[in-house]
Amino acid sequence: MKLSRRSFIKNNAIAATATAAGITLPGAAALAKHVDNKIRWDKAPCRFCGTGCSVLVGTKDGRVVATQGDPDAPVNRGLNCIKGYFLSKIMYGKDRLTKPLLRMSNGKYDKNGEFTEVSWDQAFDVMAEKWKEALKKKGPTSVGMFGSGQWTLWEGYAASKLLKAGFRSNNLDPNARHCMASAVGAFMRGFGSDEPMGCYDDLEHADVFVLWGSNMAEMHPILWSRLSDTRLTKDGCEVHVLSTFRHRCFDLADNGMVFTPQTDLAILNYIANYIIQNKAYNKDFIGKHVNFTKTVTDIGYGLRPEHPLEKKKTGKGGKLSKISFEEYAKSVSKYTLEYTSELSGVPKENLLRLAKVYADPNKKVSSYWTMGFNQHTRGVWVNGLLYNVHLLMGKISEPGNSPFSLTGQPSACGTAREVGTFAHRLPADLVVKKKAHRDFAEKIWKLPEGTIPAKPGYHAVLQNRMLKDGKLNAYWVMCNNNVQAAANFNEETWPGYRNPENFIVVSDPYPTVTAQAADLILPTAMWTEKEGAYGNAERRTQFWRQQVKAPGEAKSDLWQLIEFSKRFKVEEVWPAELIAKKPELKGKTLYEVLYRNGNVDKYPAQKITDSAGNVYDNDEMDAFGFYLQKGLFEEYRMFGTQGPKKGHNLGEFDAYHKARGLRWPVVNGKETLWRYREGYDPFVKKGEDIRFYGKPDGRANIIFAPYEPPAESPDQEYDLWLSTGRVLEHWHSGSMTRRVPELYRAFPDAVVFMHPDDAKARGLRRGMSCKLSSRRGEITLRVETRGRNRPPKGLVFVPWFDAGRLINKVTLDATDPLSKETDYKKCAVKIEKV
Amino acid sequence: MNTQSTSRSRRRFLASTARAAGGVSLLAMGLGTYARSVQSLPAMAVRPPGAGVEKDFLSACVRCGLCVRDCPYDTLKLAQPGDGLASGTPYFTARDIPCEMCEDIPCVLACPTGALDKSLTDIDDARMGLAVLIDQETCLNFQGLRCDVCYRVCPLIDKAITLDLQHNRRSSKHALFIPVVHSDACTGCGKCEHACVLDEAAIKVLPHHLAKGELGKHYRLGWKEKEKAGGSLVTPDQPHEFNLPKGLEYDYDDKGLTNEQSGTPFSSNPLDSLKRHAEQNP
Repeated sequence: MKLSRRSFIKNNAIAATATAAGITLPGAAALAKHVDNKIRWDKAPCRFCGTGCSVLVGTKDGRVVATQGDPDAPVNRGLNCIKGYFLSKIMYGKDRLTKPLLRMSNGKYDKNGEFTEVSWDQAFDVMAEKWKEALKKKGPTSVGMFGSGQWTLWEGYAASKLLKAGFRSNNLDPNARHCMASAVGAFMRGFGSDEPMGCYDDLEHADVFVLWGSNMAEMHPILWSRLSDTRLTKDGCEVHVLSTFRHRCFDLADNGMVFTPQTDLAILNYIANYIIQNKAYNKDFIGKHVNFTKTVTDIGYGLRPEHPLEKKKTGKGGKLSKISFEEYAKSVSKYTLEYTSELSGVPKENLLRLAKVYADPNKKVSSYWTMGFNQHTRGVWVNGLLYNVHLLMGKISEPGNSPFSLTGQPSACGTAREVGTFAHRLPADLVVKKKAHRDFAEKIWKLPEGTIPAKPGYHAVLQNRMLKDGKLNAYWVMCNNNVQAAANFNEETWPGYRNPENFIVVSDPYPTVTAQAADLILPTAMWTEKEGAYGNAERRTQFWRQQVKAPGEAKSDLWQLIEFSKRFKVEEVWPAELIAKKPELKGKTLYEVLYRNGNVDKYPAQKITDSAGNVYDNDEMDAFGFYLQKGLFEEYRMFGTQGPKKGHNLGEFDAYHKARGLRWPVVNGKETLWRYREGYDPFVKKGEDIRFYGKPDGRANIIFAPYEPPAESPDQEYDLWLSTGRVLEHWHSGSMTRRVPELYRAFPDAVVFMHPDDAKARGLRRGMSCKLSSRRGEITLRVETRGRNRPPKGLVFVPWFDAGRLINKVTLDATDPLSKETDYKKCAVKIEKV
Repeated sequence: MNTQSTSRSRRRFLASTARAAGGVSLLAMGLGTYARSVQSLPAMAVRPPGAGVEKDFLSACVRCGLCVRDCPYDTLKLAQPGDGLASGTPYFTARDIPCEMCEDIPCVLACPTGALDKSLTDIDDARMGLAVLIDQETCLNFQGLRCDVCYRVCPLIDKAITLDLQHNRRSSKHALFIPVVHSDACTGCGKCEHACVLDEAAIKVLPHHLAKGELGKHYRLGWKEKEKAGGSLVTPDQPHEFNLPKGLEYDYDDKGLTNEQSGTPFSSNPLDSLKRHAEQNP
């Protein structure tokens, strides 16, 4: 370090002197140009958040040596955040997994054995044996998979086929359950069709931005710079920020509001009440395009049934009943300015200012939210309450007027939602519960009627509970780090993974906390080590080609799924009566049934080239002998073009390798910017103006839901609120970003952000170690009273990226009973000096 | 929120500092003896909190090493021969280990001679050096990227370093977040230099005499003086009236000539009208 530092100073001094004297150094510049000339550049979306920035990937000698922001990408125009700047380094951490590792003693699998290198054959032998054993003993519900919003589209799609049709188990759920299941629930209830009506162009068209539980400044850095630019350059533009603690967005806020956790429910009802009291609502719009409904209340907190809170609840589920406008108005009338201000702790003048911008017909308002809304025991409700406000004003589905749910993962929309890798879903908004939807999927997949089970499978949180209870026994975790992510590590996750009845497989590029909890670890290719496709938050689908080979024996998730399917004959997984419906499937493997069905293997192996004539690898094509990714995508695409749910059309496979992403629905090669509005959306007929065609009557639902308290609030013993979240430098569990030395140095370990007075009252000073505990567990970490996050008194914030300080030992596995998404933003903790 | 663009003087200041630093690096490298003889610190060495003027510090410091011993983060080290500063005196290199700004300032407490000034009781008052964003050509935020790591690690975030928003004319729809260091708050702890993600830091802590320019004593910045005084230094301006064609307005303080006035007593927000009706007809 020192030597290089000195030589740097020397070089820098020479350069500085040379520059000052007007001299350039031609030798150095020429050398750099020579090296750059040998780099092959190709496009790919960034691997991190849901923004979907495009990058150019520079490859040389089989290694990604550089990246640059793609100057021609509409989302980021050549820019990246600091994680994107280090993208090329995430593949080259020192401890990449390169061989399958099985826990063994004396040369045999042993749950308590040491991780030992095995071949892929050995790994799949043991795995298949465990799967078959579970299927035989307890049937399809004893096998399951936890997938990912970071899977490529075809990985999610192949997994969905393998689980739902192959193993006939709906126990497939993505980590996106922790991330935006509440947003999905609200889209379906409100509009009958998932994903935002608007797009990122709203960032330039809005007059007012309102952030509801979204720290966009850190979590969506490039979108934040677009929002900031509009605030900076547009006359009269305002930014309103609501959060339970002050964060970086407050820096730009014209109206910053810190509210008591959970009272966002009340604030939204207050705004609706204000709009109605002032008769500001758009009478024409609500008359034509809206139904008024209310939801069942007192629905519990998604805890285990024996939990006292679950026994106390009086309501269940999310059934909607129609009400009149007057009844709706009466329901929200309780949420007066005085009541809401007192409940939320937000001063009246701030609430009033917020209500006024929504109520002003001349102001275009875009609302953004992320985990503050979604990770909420009333997540579906609170999402819906915001739609209520936008719908009352008709401020929706047009440039600048946009309620917009941001996503946290690069393909939470694409793979988790559109492909439908949830326990209750099928592609293109279809659900397993509906026979017509199952029939359609079986028709596309060329499978006998009744292959797909009708009952939704175990969702993310339930999977861990079922592992612990010994009901889910053969379990595959792919492309996520759920042992670090899932709440209540001590009581649910760890006992579940280490339950002797269970066999746990984890596919990952790195030895994560989850891999450490597994019985078999499969080394996995990542990002541009395979051909891929992601769908970002604005419905933009983006493709990339394989750039390099994965290290050692690491294989893509796609290869693993397809290869594993070869180990099963239909007779081993399906009942005889099902096979009898399609006798031609007799004796075939799941590989043949699911992936050699004439659709998936339709496109022969070919040379992959770009317009410049560069040639690219496709390891899966080499392994299986056909263009697997294209076949999977084209079959998947039929769900959108032929399926029973309108408006999910995707473009042709080849189009995406050419374009910087296309926003669906794509019809006749044309993208859709704003959904449900005539002229913008090809599915809205001439003269209809607006039609929410996801619903049979074309009307969106305004859904009344009241304020209800959170599952756990601070009390005498556990006297602080805990909120968890992310920091800009690290992405999710940090398994990639913490392996980049510069990012690690920029934010090495998790700290607890707390108010200086709260620290002082506990005898703590900034930088001291403290014990943070809840009823479920404890961790030790350092106190931070300065810096980027400034919690109010009574609340602390801990980021979850740090594998050395697992905050999920502390968090509560309370979920939204409707979306089954965990509330990571609210539980009660105490902090003590150690 | 401060959305005013960085002043041109600030830019000139940064540019001239960069030039000065280049020159001083040369000095530090080749002319160490000279540097010592004028008792000037090498550019990259930072003294502990409370060290004050270099000459006075050197005469008071007895090279006992107690401050180094009591530094809980191993930030401080003793100068060795060849380090370019008086042997045995304490210093730190921000890029290696920055000062963590302990609330109780143990290094100052440990100093037996007052070389580290005992009257320093609030670490925010320390002035170990001054962070300078020395290379705008490589600083990622100047290019429009969203790094701002230096800003977020700053213990005095929003005071010692702020982000100055500017329009990114190249991308046309993003903002630039320009980090600006404020010498009235920066303690010189070096967290920013340490965390800078570039291969070589674009922001560096320098001794004040290298980092700081000085305004000519014959001049004052009018708006700053006004702010300091809490109002105009002379008789406040009077309301102005103008000859204007019908329908036009002249906003003397802000917008100048405007024709946005609708010519009716109603605001563009109907709620204002509703409210006025309610007030007038209770």
